[in-house]
Amino acid sequence: MSAAPAYGEDKGGSAGPGEPEYGHDPASGGIFSSDYKRHDDLKEMLDTNKDSLKLEAMKRIVAMIARGKNASDLFPAVVKNVACKNIEVKKLVYVYLVRYAEEQQDLALLSISTFQRGLKDPNQLIRASALRVLSSIRVPIIVPIMMLAIKEAASDMSPYVRKTAAHAIPKLYSLDSDQKDQLIEVIEKLLADKTTLVAGSVVMAFEEVCPERIDLIHKNYRKLCNLLIDVEEWGQVVIISMLTRYARTQFLSPTQNESLLEENPEKAFYGSEEDEAKGPGSEEAATSTVPTRKPYVMDPDHRLLLRNTKPLLQSRSAAVVMAVAQLYFHLAPKAEVGVIAKALVRLLRSHSEVQYVVLQNVATMSIKRRGMFEPYLKSFYIRSTDPTQIKILKLEVLTNLANETNIPTVLREFQTYIRSMDKDFVAATIQAIGRCATNIGRVRDTCLNGLVQLLSNRDELVVAESVVVIKKLLQMQPAQHGEIIKHLAKLTDNIQVPMARASILWLIGEYCEHIPKIAPDVLRKMAKSFTAEEDIVKLQVINLAAKLYLTNSKQTKLLTQYVLSLAKYDQNYDIRDRARFTRQLIVPSEQGGALSRHAKKLFLAPKPAPVLESSFKDRDHFQLGSLSHLLNAKATGYQELPDWPEEAPDPSVRNVEEEDLSLIETHVGLLGEYTEVPEWTKCSNREKRKEKEKPFYSDSEGESGPTESADSDPESESASDSKSSGESGSGESSSESDSEDQEEEKGRSSESEQSEEEGGKRKTKNRKKVAEGQGDGSSSDEGSDSSSSSSESERTSETEEEQVEPASWRKKTPPSGKSAPVAKEISLLDLEDFTPPSVQPVSPPTIVSTSLATDLEGLTLTNSPLVPSLLSPASGAGRQELLHRVAGEGLAVDYTFSRQPFSGDPHMVSVHIHFSNSSETPIKGLHVGTPKLPAGLSIQEFPEIESLAPGESATAVMGINFCDSTQAANFQLCTQTRQFYVSIQPPVGELMAPVFMSENEFKKEQGKLTGMSEITEKLTLPDSCRSDHVVVQKVTTVANLGRVPCGTSDEYRFAGRTLTSGSLVLLTLDARPSGAAQLTVNSEKMVIGTMLVKDVVQALTQ
Amino acid sequence: MYTKFKLFSPQKMIHSLFLINCSGDIFLEKHWKSVVSQSVCDYFFEAQEKAADVENVPPVISTPHHYLISIYRDKLFFVSVIQTEVPPLFVIEFLHRVADTFQDYFGSSNVGDTLPTGQLSNIPWRRAGVKYTNNEAYFDVVEEIDAIIDKSGSTVFAEIQGVIDACIKLSGMPDLSLSFMNPRLLDDVSFHPCIRFKRWESERVLSFIPPDGNFRLISYRVSSQNLVAIPVYVKHSISFKENSSCGRFDITIGPKQNMGKTIEGITVTVHMPKVVLNMNLTPTQGSYTFDPVTKVLTWDVGKITPQKLPSLKGLVNLQSGAPKPEENPSLNIQFKIQQLAISGLKVNRLDMYGEKYKPFKGVKYVTKAGKFQVRT
Repeated sequence: MSAAPAYGEDKGGSAGPGEPEYGHDPASGGIFSSDYKRHDDLKEMLDTNKDSLKLEAMKRIVAMIARGKNASDLFPAVVKNVACKNIEVKKLVYVYLVRYAEEQQDLALLSISTFQRGLKDPNQLIRASALRVLSSIRVPIIVPIMMLAIKEAASDMSPYVRKTAAHAIPKLYSLDSDQKDQLIEVIEKLLADKTTLVAGSVVMAFEEVCPERIDLIHKNYRKLCNLLIDVEEWGQVVIISMLTRYARTQFLSPTQNESLLEENPEKAFYGSEEDEAKGPGSEEAATSTVPTRKPYVMDPDHRLLLRNTKPLLQSRSAAVVMAVAQLYFHLAPKAEVGVIAKALVRLLRSHSEVQYVVLQNVATMSIKRRGMFEPYLKSFYIRSTDPTQIKILKLEVLTNLANETNIPTVLREFQTYIRSMDKDFVAATIQAIGRCATNIGRVRDTCLNGLVQLLSNRDELVVAESVVVIKKLLQMQPAQHGEIIKHLAKLTDNIQVPMARASILWLIGEYCEHIPKIAPDVLRKMAKSFTAEEDIVKLQVINLAAKLYLTNSKQTKLLTQYVLSLAKYDQNYDIRDRARFTRQLIVPSEQGGALSRHAKKLFLAPKPAPVLESSFKDRDHFQLGSLSHLLNAKATGYQELPDWPEEAPDPSVRNVEEEDLSLIETHVGLLGEYTEVPEWTKCSNREKRKEKEKPFYSDSEGESGPTESADSDPESESASDSKSSGESGSGESSSESDSEDQEEEKGRSSESEQSEEEGGKRKTKNRKKVAEGQGDGSSSDEGSDSSSSSSESERTSETEEEQVEPASWRKKTPPSGKSAPVAKEISLLDLEDFTPPSVQPVSPPTIVSTSLATDLEGLTLTNSPLVPSLLSPASGAGRQELLHRVAGEGLAVDYTFSRQPFSGDPHMVSVHIHFSNSSETPIKGLHVGTPKLPAGLSIQEFPEIESLAPGESATAVMGINFCDSTQAANFQLCTQTRQFYVSIQPPVGELMAPVFMSENEFKKEQGKLTGMSEITEKLTLPDSCRSDHVVVQKVTTVANLGRVPCGTSDEYRFAGRTLTSGSLVLLTLDARPSGAAQLTVNSEKMVIGTMLVKDVVQALTQ
Repeated sequence: MYTKFKLFSPQKMIHSLFLINCSGDIFLEKHWKSVVSQSVCDYFFEAQEKAADVENVPPVISTPHHYLISIYRDKLFFVSVIQTEVPPLFVIEFLHRVADTFQDYFGSSNVGDTLPTGQLSNIPWRRAGVKYTNNEAYFDVVEEIDAIIDKSGSTVFAEIQGVIDACIKLSGMPDLSLSFMNPRLLDDVSFHPCIRFKRWESERVLSFIPPDGNFRLISYRVSSQNLVAIPVYVKHSISFKENSSCGRFDITIGPKQNMGKTIEGITVTVHMPKVVLNMNLTPTQGSYTFDPVTKVLTWDVGKITPQKLPSLKGLVNLQSGAPKPEENPSLNIQFKIQQLAISGLKVNRLDMYGEKYKPFKGVKYVTKAGKFQVRT
């Protein structure tokens, strides 16, 4: 009946894809009739006795169906062949029947008896296929027959037939939902089936027919978990998704202990990783926040689910990986969720549709759990060949992942993207820069400068988008940016994109007091071109006029009236309305002045700055990986993900008879005939046995059974996988900890410092422990036996869960502030080996620095002489602790940045590591284990230290290439017996080396590095900081730069190159005798520049 | 073909499937539940028109009564019609398997299969009673380097992704173990369902009863802290003059860290900016084409001989009057290195249990460029 072929032929290209309603067109009648003729010979062929002819006919008919042509008139001829002996013909007849039975119900009934016979066939394949076809015939009259057939098949001895029965259930249900109760019975029966073949199909039926009957799952829960790995992939997806919902109704939230930390997801995520590296302190901090709550203990069944799904992250099927990922996201304790990141990143190599879906989910996850994807930042970098929709999603993820540490790299990438030919993408990039600028205060000015530069871009769309974003940024801090607003005002002459023009006009109106001279002029120009403007611009012109009238009516009264008059006769009623409304408001008329008195309040009310946030925020209330999540709207049939229950329902409902478990069919059965049982089946067996051996908890007491705690588990379960992600952030998270604490600590430390002036060779390591023991801060306990207290604190950390301590007893790890990115620990109590507090790289007292310098000189191993004029007195920051002696079981490790060129590789920062052994036994085989570094970073390990006798110290030099970023380098410090995870995060000033330069060279280079590469900051130097000597010293302490000779006395110049890329870093300080000063840093590494300015300013002003 | 689909259960979630060619004809349809009219595809066509190019058609489209989930493969759209909530990846994965099956099916000529036997085998992925006169097992270790190289030639991002494809023609039910010299290199691995996960976890050995014929055994990523060797470098100088209708184009390719192997099959593809009208270039080696419609420059280089590095230089004609392009196009590079796995991965041995005959075994290594892009 249809004319599809003809249609296909005379259509050129994709000219009209929107018109596929063909076939009823009389013009195509010719083909119509030939179709009929062809049908005639088909009928003849079907009527012959030759199977080959029948087969040929059926092939042609099925081909017609596949092409969407109507072959219904052949029904009688085809249905006759349902009893045909030839199995090939039969198969095709089935295909035909399934397609047309609904339309020709009476005729279809003729075939039913054949299927009924088929259901009794000794061949399981024929039984299955008869049931399949029978259940696919959508004829209501046969519902009872189908029901009977399904029930029988559900007890068939062949699992294949039982599987088919499970498949038939939703079909029958959709045909007649009244059968629900009977079908549930069948589902219940099939759920108890122990074969992997049936499991997936029956859960699918469960989900479609009775997803609310969660009680049916209880008894089968453990079995499903155990079978899962052997179920076919499609079944796995369905089962995992169902079990996610199940777990949400039956178990307690594993994150309840962490809920108070929710505000800072990153910290929470790293919380437990940190414990490993830093010892007991931080762990206590985490638990002490909820001292009153009963310690959380994970239900073993909950753990079983997590454990058994984890291997499926290695599945080749993207759908299975996604299913496990969402399960972990919704069910796992925060510390364990990290394992899914690697698998999700792997999917990004797949087809673009897969990427699309995965990126949407990653975007949602990365808002809640940023740390998880941070190590994979570069996997989200955009290629010019990516489709635009993928580019925009990757951009979203990159923006979500941007933080203080990686923002340099991210911004550098964004700079590349801005020049792309794909303008939609460029626009999205500009938006992304705007979001980074709002989220990360440190780079706000840099971003703003960059965006202002884009205003001179040739592409108008780019300019327009920049204007819109600049507008939003300026709204956050308008006062400082009069210049930019002026610049924007000038743009009104050139820029034509309406949205951008409107944004500029709004800005001028809103901040007209910052540009009192220019604003009226802009209004004058706009009045002139008013009639030619777009509507959206006209509205803003009216807005601008009204605001100016209110603030500066002398100059603008006439202009405003002119604009309002023009608007009054505009074609657009909105504009006419607005004009009338505005006029009434601002121009006082005789009768009603009531409103106009408040006009100022109405127009010039302070407006809240817009919040730039991800469109993926809060999308995780939809189950991840679901269609609803993707569409951000509830899809038909979506099952809400329930909230965790307050109290756990009775776990005993899942208990089953012992024998049930042993009967579970596994691959052992499959492989039974082989003499050798493969290793893996043994494993799984063993595990199952173990499972059985576990006393299934004595019903009421959840804790008394074999329990695993959420807090301690990651070490054993997922430590190896999440290590990399965890460590890279640990440095940062520690720097973000509670500042209150820090201040307290500082106060205390300075107190004790005054009493002790010896710049000790060894730095003390047990302050953490001491602080913990002496939470109230009394520093009297000098003689406390360190070894006993150390063992005590270890015990504390181990038995964490059982003990509920008063919060005050546990003190947090003293954190270091953001201003001093390098963590520094000072002893409070062990006064005998106390170090001067050169905590802040910014402003250590002169004496201290000098003493440190001599100290360090004594320690260095290499003989390369220091260049006094070039190098700062010592390293910028004093000794930093790498490994506390408690955490290190007697091994204490500090490090300093020596500022000497690293001999092996000039790109590396040379770091001196100081070891001291405070334990009773020699420490052997000290070396660096496998580093897990963010891409780009590399480490030159120090030669292995064979043995360190008790009480002895040693120093080694290692090189780290930080790749011009302040990312932390994480690595393992290994002894013969132990491994410690440690992390070194460099202050920005250590990422460079001084260069010699003449004043002229300096000026020349500085001239090349303007615009976005130049960062300027005004500051006032305190009295203590006005002498040459002090200024130079302070700057060189913060940054490893060399002084450039200078003609004028008020100017200081410093030059250096970043170690990895060799980019110039030029620093100029212009200090007036009055104390006012201006600091300028020129560097193409703009983020290094920004951070450097911040550090230097802080050093100078303190 | 019909029977092959029966093996999958996702059809229970998919209402209908339409196959649409690039000129917009629906040339095949299949309904698993009740029949859905072809007109539902109108929503798809609408989205397609809006998307400008095929790559940007959203894979999931919401219509008033249905959801359309589609994939684009080999110049065909596979559009599925969904009525209720289902994980989108589930459908996408299924559609890709359908596309794979089509490829297999039209690639080979075994039309008229008898009823499938797969689902009755105890091992779902292998049929029973396989017999060969020559028993062979071949493995191809194929590694791809994904990289982004920036203007100055430094590596912004690089990683190695690999797969092991197997061609197994072994009689009976062989049980294979494949071990590596350096399994620790494999950082993230995804497996064919036949592989015993526990064995890998504990011993880093791939132990499996293989499917019959060709299949992908594993895909892997090489751990990221290992530095990736970049086998080629590109010297480039592409410039467009302001206010002039021409520009210069000059690229040279040379070997970098190629482990002493020959780099062959080099192709450079460049998407030139829209204002480029034509290019007059001279290659010292190989041949080039420039398609003025799609603005794609393709240079088929062949292999590098270090004595004389291949280069391609000449003039670019720009549309007169148009502003010069702001960005230089990035270069996409393809290459191939035989007999080398760039990560250094090496197969140690292959053992067979469960059967008595001695199979013929072979491993081949090859390294290719994956998404290898040089920004200019």
